[in-house]
Amino acid sequence: MSEGKNYLNEKKGLSSWLFTLDHKRIGILYMITVFTFFLLGGVFALLMRLELFKPGENLISAALYNQFMTFHGAIMVFMVIIPGIPAFLGNFFLPLQIGAKDVAFPRINLLSWYCLIVGAAVALCSLFFNGVDTGWTFYTPYSIRTDNGTLWVVLGAFIMGFSSILTGLNFIVTVHKLRAKGMGFFQMPLFVWSLYSTAIIQVLATPVLAITLLLLSAERLMGIGIFDPKLGGDPVLFQHFFWFYSHPAVYIMILPAMGIISELITTFSRKTIFGYKAIAFSSVGIAAVSFFVWGHHMFVSGQSEWVGILFSFITMLVGVPTAIKVFNWVATMYKGSIKFDAPMLYANGFLFLFVIGGVTGIMLATLAFDVHVHDTYFVVAHFHYVMVGGTLMAITGGLYYWLPKMFGRMYNEFWARISFAFIFIGFNVTFFPQFILGFMGMPRRYHDYTPVYEPLNQLSTAGSWMIGVGFVIVFFVVLQALLKGEKANSNPWGAVTLEWQTDSPPPHENFHEAPMITKGPYDYN
Amino acid sequence: MTTTEAKIHKVAHHFESARQEESACKLGMWLFLCTEILMFGGLFVGYVIYKRMYPAIFLQGATFLDWKLGALNTVVLLVSSLTMALSIYYIQKGKNNKAILCLCLTLLCGFIFMGVKYLEYSHKLHLGLAPGALFSYTETPTLEGLPLYFSFYYCMTGLHGLHVLVGMLLIFWMIILAGKKQFNTSYYTPLECVGLFWHLVDLIWIYLFPLLYLVE
Repeated sequence: MSEGKNYLNEKKGLSSWLFTLDHKRIGILYMITVFTFFLLGGVFALLMRLELFKPGENLISAALYNQFMTFHGAIMVFMVIIPGIPAFLGNFFLPLQIGAKDVAFPRINLLSWYCLIVGAAVALCSLFFNGVDTGWTFYTPYSIRTDNGTLWVVLGAFIMGFSSILTGLNFIVTVHKLRAKGMGFFQMPLFVWSLYSTAIIQVLATPVLAITLLLLSAERLMGIGIFDPKLGGDPVLFQHFFWFYSHPAVYIMILPAMGIISELITTFSRKTIFGYKAIAFSSVGIAAVSFFVWGHHMFVSGQSEWVGILFSFITMLVGVPTAIKVFNWVATMYKGSIKFDAPMLYANGFLFLFVIGGVTGIMLATLAFDVHVHDTYFVVAHFHYVMVGGTLMAITGGLYYWLPKMFGRMYNEFWARISFAFIFIGFNVTFFPQFILGFMGMPRRYHDYTPVYEPLNQLSTAGSWMIGVGFVIVFFVVLQALLKGEKANSNPWGAVTLEWQTDSPPPHENFHEAPMITKGPYDYN
Repeated sequence: MTTTEAKIHKVAHHFESARQEESACKLGMWLFLCTEILMFGGLFVGYVIYKRMYPAIFLQGATFLDWKLGALNTVVLLVSSLTMALSIYYIQKGKNNKAILCLCLTLLCGFIFMGVKYLEYSHKLHLGLAPGALFSYTETPTLEGLPLYFSFYYCMTGLHGLHVLVGMLLIFWMIILAGKKQFNTSYYTPLECVGLFWHLVDLIWIYLFPLLYLVE
């Protein structure tokens, strides 16, 4: 019954959105925000690739290139991928999947969105102060000395960190306290497990980034010298602090994506997920190990060799729970009744690209090899295979999958598949050559290169256009669905998790009657 | 709004019971305290590393601090934690006025602490014992790296002082709520959460005091 009252038409007007305490509406606010920033970050990426089409200074100056690179990184990391899945899809679906009426602290949930907006606004203030050219990692001592708006971006990231902390805190409490009657931890959908693991990282790692950025701000404002070698400080300590957050942060980015893939694979294989507990525990396992691998970003920073060996070993351990997930997904598909709707295409794209990203990650964890390709395009390619090939594929697949539930409308299947083709092929055309460029020794982060790298760079730039076209198609498919899409019934995919047992779109308090759980989350029989 | 209405706390719509709400709020508060510990943890780790790197400057730096003032502040905060805990005890016993009195005493302790901190800061800044690049003390010969000690001193006590201020604001808010008779023997979750926060702020000082004032 999609005619009746639902969360979308229950109240009207801008203020009913800006002051809403409904987790679903806050999820939509995040969706709009994240998409806007994604567009912005994407434009910077396309401009960078355009500059790299030919060697030499062509389109933009070297200084401007450095700024574009910083904006692309900072926007995509802090404003797109980190809030992307947890705060948008997680906010919307975590309470639905555990049969709750809302998250535990709705006001804090809204506050987290405002933290993101205020933080982003503060970061954008840097544009009035010559921009920022430090890269998204703000390495000292350059970030202390460089004469521009670094302080604003640092403070902005600090504020956005609170958004992440508050979301994580909210999710942990929600999962512990608000599950429906009869739902134990092992009746929770795997997306919830992954969000729970993510939330642990958000709560425990982000405060360390907060203090690091505060110290960096104090460094710029008062010259406290803690990270400044001129005053006896240690810039490598900054790297330790920064990566103590930022490595777990890449699991903040990928874990919820894995959760989406678990949902998609099982739904479109019409089959109970294989190895439920293994997948659930591997999420927690990745979260736990993630705190002990930060040093692999610093193999050439001068940290002790023994520490390097230890970090190398622990980093390889991450491969174990990750591989457990991949094998279980493949095993789930085995002998399933697979339907290749767009979400499933994206899920398979994820599997393909993420495995490449993961295996090259193991290569990079190897000390000797890492020294060889450190700071080259190999690292860029690896990172993008995981973050774009992994997280963005998952978020797009998840968007199509849950669009009918969120808005009560179906999207156009044909064009959704076309968008997949563009993004998947374009992605490989863009980033696979970068592995080769890295092997050949092309360093990352420069606006220029020697002519020997030209053909592969041109291929890469052409690929970036395909990705761009792909996401434009995604945008129009979503727009068309919202405006003219067919009405969706409450469960168009025949999925069994709780969110599909209520109306599309769901009513204000999610369920007409409080759900009772009597079976596992993926019982298709 | 009549006073009888004000006394009754309504459980938020998405909770099933007051018990569920209370336990959720407390879990949330404990998680928040974890984030606080990790945030200060960064500073403590930095302290340990630099103490190992430059032990001499930490020894010299501590001689510029007045341990008596530090000890006074420690006592003040410990007393404030006691009065904070007592205020919750009195609410549990239904003695609202005594609870308010205890909260006011806690707030007073906060003011004393910040007053002493102000005296310490202004005295040091007057002498030029400022952090890092702003350091300009020349009266007696000092070690080359001494400004770094004061960077830690100001960052650690400064961030802590900021937390004391936030705690004082929260306690003030609790006094208002208690004045409006919002708490009763079965509902006092906000007070308990503020109490937890205040105890953590106290606890952090217990570590800061010996690390900064009593180094040997």
